[in-house]
Amino acid sequence: MIVYKRPESLSDVPMHYCPGCTHGIVHRLVAEVIDELGIENDTVGIAPVGCAVFAYNYFECDFIEASHGRAPAVATGVKRTHPDKIVFTYQGDGDLAAIGTAETVHAAARGENITIIFINNTNYGMTGGQMAPTTMPGQVTTTSPYGRQKLIQGNPIHVCEMLSTLDGVAYAERVAVNNVKNVRAAKRAIKKAFQNQIDKKGLSIVEVLSTCPTNWGLSPVDALKFVDEKMIPFYPLGVYADRNAMGGDEND
Amino acid sequence: MSKVLIKGNEAVAEAAIRSGCRYYFGYPITPQTEIAEYMAKTMPKVGGLCLQAESEVAAINMVYGAAASGVRVMTSSSSPGISLKSEGVSYIVGCDLPCVILNVQRGGPGLGGIQPSQSDYYQATKALGHGDMHLFVLAPSSVQEMASLTSDAFTVADKYRMPVLLLADGALGQMMEPVDFDKISFSNPPEKPWAANGHGGARKKNIITSLYLKPEELEDTVLKRAEKYKLVEENEVRYEEYLCGDADIIIVSFGITARISKSAVNEARKNGIKAGLLRPITLSPFPSKKLRQLADTASAFLSVELNMGQMVNDVRLATECKKPVYFYGRTGGSMPSSEDVYEQILAINGGMKK
Repeated sequence: MIVYKRPESLSDVPMHYCPGCTHGIVHRLVAEVIDELGIENDTVGIAPVGCAVFAYNYFECDFIEASHGRAPAVATGVKRTHPDKIVFTYQGDGDLAAIGTAETVHAAARGENITIIFINNTNYGMTGGQMAPTTMPGQVTTTSPYGRQKLIQGNPIHVCEMLSTLDGVAYAERVAVNNVKNVRAAKRAIKKAFQNQIDKKGLSIVEVLSTCPTNWGLSPVDALKFVDEKMIPFYPLGVYADRNAMGGDEND
Repeated sequence: MSKVLIKGNEAVAEAAIRSGCRYYFGYPITPQTEIAEYMAKTMPKVGGLCLQAESEVAAINMVYGAAASGVRVMTSSSSPGISLKSEGVSYIVGCDLPCVILNVQRGGPGLGGIQPSQSDYYQATKALGHGDMHLFVLAPSSVQEMASLTSDAFTVADKYRMPVLLLADGALGQMMEPVDFDKISFSNPPEKPWAANGHGGARKKNIITSLYLKPEELEDTVLKRAEKYKLVEENEVRYEEYLCGDADIIIVSFGITARISKSAVNEARKNGIKAGLLRPITLSPFPSKKLRQLADTASAFLSVELNMGQMVNDVRLATECKKPVYFYGRTGGSMPSSEDVYEQILAINGGMKK
């Protein structure tokens, strides 16, 4: 018998996310993976600044709340002092790819044996929908009210593509959670990103194309369509790096 | 090991390792880079780790993660780098985490210079980060103290769950003096059941956060921390008192300038002037109580600093302006001689000093 129930690693509390936001789906996927790998007791999560700032209230593992963008450095501090623990960060696009770019790039270059769950919803959700480093050309936000223009706001960053050039990155995959098929693929990617850490392969990042109906001004259903029609063509899904970057168990 | 001749920066590093610190995160900046080099060389031999971060910002956040997960950890920098760390320091305070931070001060503002300075006194004692917060600030004045106060720093940090700042300067960092490590007592880290390092199924999850959206909750955490500061002020204030008992003129000076001032006090005594020295070892909390007492017996105070007059205001507050408080300082990396300070004493004694 298959019972659909709350994963053990997901706390039994109401989440604060807006209706139609896909943070909840991604939280659930991470919790399912933690359950399936049996690592709840040994996992430390690092929460970002942004909509997922309260992630520590939603998982049943230990958690540390980092300052804006610094989660990969905080994760480095935990992992390097506790190499036998599982350490993951959960970060948004402003956090990871703007204010925290240095911490992200250098954790990746060093090959920190951590897992990064990266939520790309093309805007700063928590502060009310400002332009993010992943806001697409022409996309309207409160700080790009005439649409993002190349000569004014500059170009967005393709995070998985950029990080895949770094030798310390074991795994970089972009997924989406806008339909059942993609959710299942996202779960496989997240599981692999955690398994890689257990196998000591280096830094693994899963970029999740997510919705932000509130700030996009779309209904939840139209937001899912927006991911399909606008985001995926600009941010193609797929695996950008998959290798044993840091030598895995051979180092033992 | 008996006495060893060692640089101030290296003395801090060695003392940290002897204090059980096995993790150092840093970034190169003059005049304190010897610490990272010493750590890089020594940590692997004792099963520890020295990691060079991509920035001061990253280094302090690595310290944040390590401290949150329950280990003794430190970082070091010099003035411009400490400014960068201030964000992380505020979070560390907000989460009540223990760690040790060393500032080997150089002249500022901006890129400034690389010569000794005490111009980060305000930053260290008043505002090393946003929010209602204080650090425990220790000011060594010899290489021996660079080592012994490092040990104290780890002990106090763990005891009160608060970051401790060692406020040194380029002279103390770079000069060599004999250090007797056998004279220093080192504490063992206590159990840290609050740390986020995996609950092992044996306890409820630990959350390390400085975020409290409800005003009354945030107020409560700040008030609790204020209680802690009160306790620290009651128990941990340190100072050196030199010939203050019958002194008319008391110099107040910390760190490297306290040594210069001591020579000036000796010179004054030789010439029949009753001078004394009060050297604050803790700058925060400040030895205000002691200074208040001395204001009843002394007739004037002289604050000697490597800045344009920062601690002097704490001396004025502590003595409640009962007696005149004068200031003498050099800045930008310039150092006064003991003769310069003696002349100040003469001027006060002769009623010439403004």
